[in-house]
Amino acid sequence: MSMPNKHIDFFRRKERLVNGGASRASEKQMALGKLTARDRITALLDVDSFYEFDLFVEHRCRDFDMDKKVLPGDGVITGTGSIMGYPVCIYAQDFTVAGGSLGLMHARKITKIMDHAIKMGMPIIGINDSGGARIQEGVDSLAGYGEIFYRNTLASGIVPQISVILGPCAGGAVYSPALTDFVFVVDNISKMFITGPEVIKTVLGEEISMEDLGGARVHSEISGNAHFYARNELECFHQIKQLFTFIPWNNKKKAERYPVKPPKAKFDIERIVPMDSRKPYDVRHVICALCDNSEFLDVHANWAANIVVGFARIDGETVGIVANQPMVLAGVLDVDSSDKAARFIRFCDAFGIPLITFVDLPGYLPGVDQEHAGVIRHGAKLLYAFSEATVPKITVILRKAYGGGYIAMCSRHLGADFVVAWPTAEIAVMGPEGAANIIFRNEIAAAPDPAEMRRRKVSEYTEKFANPYVAAASGHIDAVISPAATRDFLIHAIQISANKSESRPYKKHGVPPS
Amino acid sequence: MSAVPTDETLRELVIGEVSYATRYTKKFETRSLYVSPDPRLVRCVIPGVILEVSVRKGMRVKEGDPLLVLEAMKMQNQVVSPHEGTIHALCVSAGDAVTKGQVFLEFE
Repeated sequence: MSMPNKHIDFFRRKERLVNGGASRASEKQMALGKLTARDRITALLDVDSFYEFDLFVEHRCRDFDMDKKVLPGDGVITGTGSIMGYPVCIYAQDFTVAGGSLGLMHARKITKIMDHAIKMGMPIIGINDSGGARIQEGVDSLAGYGEIFYRNTLASGIVPQISVILGPCAGGAVYSPALTDFVFVVDNISKMFITGPEVIKTVLGEEISMEDLGGARVHSEISGNAHFYARNELECFHQIKQLFTFIPWNNKKKAERYPVKPPKAKFDIERIVPMDSRKPYDVRHVICALCDNSEFLDVHANWAANIVVGFARIDGETVGIVANQPMVLAGVLDVDSSDKAARFIRFCDAFGIPLITFVDLPGYLPGVDQEHAGVIRHGAKLLYAFSEATVPKITVILRKAYGGGYIAMCSRHLGADFVVAWPTAEIAVMGPEGAANIIFRNEIAAAPDPAEMRRRKVSEYTEKFANPYVAAASGHIDAVISPAATRDFLIHAIQISANKSESRPYKKHGVPPS
Repeated sequence: MSAVPTDETLRELVIGEVSYATRYTKKFETRSLYVSPDPRLVRCVIPGVILEVSVRKGMRVKEGDPLLVLEAMKMQNQVVSPHEGTIHALCVSAGDAVTKGQVFLEFE
């Protein structure tokens, strides 16, 4: 073969493979509002930045007449590229090729690109759209899943891992996303479950639609398996790009610094938080009033909304925000909100992102369901995560900080580096009503008018203890600052924490509650 | 722009004897209230199909005596009596598909 012929041969070979499966399958995919695997990569990555790996890989299955079948790329596209200049490794399962089913070589392509991401210190994005294990390949297919899970675990805390669910992701396949840092879902497209509606119906007799069992809304509002919810694929890709502006490439690099922009004027820090601590407000307004350009990326926005976690910037540096949300369930801690915050804190700590905590909570949610669901061990995760974190930890107490809730929300006692309180803060062992009832029980009972005596004692207690000064007198907080001075304080705290170093005794790893 | 919600979505939540105005989550709203278990009832813990019923109404059983066989998740599970007693009513028979929480039988 002469040189030009070799080139023609190359183009022909490539041509046959790049378009994936049958065009009928691609049309079906598009009718569902789904892009093809290759279009997804193009839409997500910078223009012309994608370099493909393993286009010529072929499956090895010889049983069930599979040897006669050509599966382009073995149903997955892998490679490297960039998102707004950030390097990434990416794979996208191709539903048009054998339903995106995972065979051994399909899995080997994925593990190869994952190994590459770990070695090169760059984030890995997995776009999941697969019917599941390729049954014809039997136990080899299962082996493939296991090898992916193993690498997800090794990569955890080394490089950011992002899973995008753009189709079915069922059975064992769900555990790769579950092991990664951020899971993105799209309405009507994402479907995640361990056992599908059919199995549930045959085995258990329960009838449920795929959407109600494991659709995007379910995972972003009820189960908490998904961190970001989008209405369509393009919105989803926009969210991924936004996330990329906040996170570092790997655990040895700092997140990119951005030019400092002041918060937007419409967020007036002096007017957001009502004086009456029983009145609600949206704590995201406090965050927006304090962070650069009022730009806040809400993580898990629709799940356990009684706590708000997400990324923002202070003085151009990425920070992780954890804040009680008085607008939802009065901002209490419970099973889900503890899980949500603990996971986020550990991500920030692993990737060197300072933590800022805003405190305003009445305590833990009472209830049999909470106790039976294990609020003890779930709540413990939050204590563990805050205590374990060695990144700069800055705590601002806005209003209520009562009892165990005060301790759990990154108090000085859990190793916070800076703890300040607003003049409206109430740092106390419990709310005035509860405290007065216990301390003055006898006086109240003996009084001619117990209700009046109770009112008096509550007011006495409030006067004396519902303020930041008792805690300040013990040095549990460093300072009382005005809302207006808070942004400057945060900028200062971030600047002087730049070289924070805190070493702990060697251990293989801790044993966090789970 | 106001951060304080004033709409009717606000509900009351009492924590530590203080009532807070706030919104409920879907999960909180749909939570089931606790009911203490009735020791006279033997309930199904996993959905499946009854293969065999080993007791009759009026029969006296000891703790650990087999009551019935429930096939669930490809396993045949022997359901045994949790305590001594007399069977007051049988609520299932062989061949029945049962769901979680369904009552198998009632003691006197």
